Amino acid sequence: MAVKSNLTNMVLVLSLTCLVCSALLGGAYALTKEPIEVAAAEKTNRSIEQVLPHFETSVFDEENQYYTAFDGDRVVGYAILSTVVGFGGNLSLMVGVTPDGVVYNTSVLSHSETPGLGAKCTTDEKFMNQWKGFDASVKKLYVTKDGGDVDAITASTITSRAYAEAVANALVTFDEIVGPAEEVEVVENIEIAGGQDYE
Amino acid sequence: MSKIKLISDGLVKNNPTFVLLLGMCPTLATTTSAINGLSMGLATLFVLVLSNMAISAIAPVVPDKVHIPVYIVVIATFVTLLQLLMQAYTPAVYETLGLFIPLIVVNCIVLGRAEAFANKHGVGESALDGIGVGLGFTCSLTVLGLVREILGSGSIFGWNFIGGNDGMLAFVMAPGAFLCLGYLMVLFNKYLKKN
Repeated sequence: MAVKSNLTNMVLVLSLTCLVCSALLGGAYALTKEPIEVAAAEKTNRSIEQVLPHFETSVFDEENQYYTAFDGDRVVGYAILSTVVGFGGNLSLMVGVTPDGVVYNTSVLSHSETPGLGAKCTTDEKFMNQWKGFDASVKKLYVTKDGGDVDAITASTITSRAYAEAVANALVTFDEIVGPAEEVEVVENIEIAGGQDYE
Repeated sequence: MSKIKLISDGLVKNNPTFVLLLGMCPTLATTTSAINGLSMGLATLFVLVLSNMAISAIAPVVPDKVHIPVYIVVIATFVTLLQLLMQAYTPAVYETLGLFIPLIVVNCIVLGRAEAFANKHGVGESALDGIGVGLGFTCSLTVLGLVREILGSGSIFGWNFIGGNDGMLAFVMAPGAFLCLGYLMVLFNKYLKKN
């Protein structure tokens, strides 16, 4: 800190610093732009693969936020993005629906649920497996506590409810895509049953 | 000052977490598991070494009145650089640490070392100081993450040793972070006094 401040050197040093820094960042941005896009695309592809049967190509629909997966010319299914408010913040799911309206599988894209409680929605096998082949025309998309057929994660009813809501929303989107074939109720304003909940 | 002493000072005598009590926000928030603590520590180490070096190099020509904004711009540049690199090459880690990477800019350890050390010393010494303090932060966060992971999830670096995922949940959440940090601090300082 040897230099005494005056207007000239302050402006000069600040401008120079900012110039050099922005040049550096501009360069870094240009260099990492492609790998970042590749990484993001890979992640999306992985989650589509996870929620749908084998497919070759996928097309994204910007308006309704879903991917249509094709195997040749045949539509294998739809991978629908669905975001709801969970316990700790947004809960984003990718819901794979086959053309007959049955859920093939689901996967969590991002969440901010409590570690060890709601966050188990990405690890709890019993909870995750129940979505495979979930047919909303036969089963009810509520957690069992609300009189539905979705087994909630222990002590994480709110997260489970949000998850069911996200799946229900995805099925609503699905109906919009293929035309209304069956009715799906969206879980909303259910009277909360008794019992102790941590989340 | 010898090179070894510069590094060991940062690790023990000036340990940022247990002695200086700096950077508490990322310390408490990211140490839910050992690997998260380790990643956060290494990310901070990266920024700390580079910003220490850059700042010690430019300090002699930076006018006194604007030195804080200049340092912050330099630090923010390195943090953004790190962020871009992590997004590109380690997206999974980036996702876990998320918000806490950009927050390294305002981590008081980084600006603290710039103010207390880097602007009075040469580039080489500042780099060593950055390595020392960065390693101190990394070790502290890893140990804290390890303890919380063992108690909270019953696993070590993701390897589950109790079967099932029923640990003592409190330790994964904020109260457990404070508790563990407090006890580790006591142990660390007791050990420090003895020597």
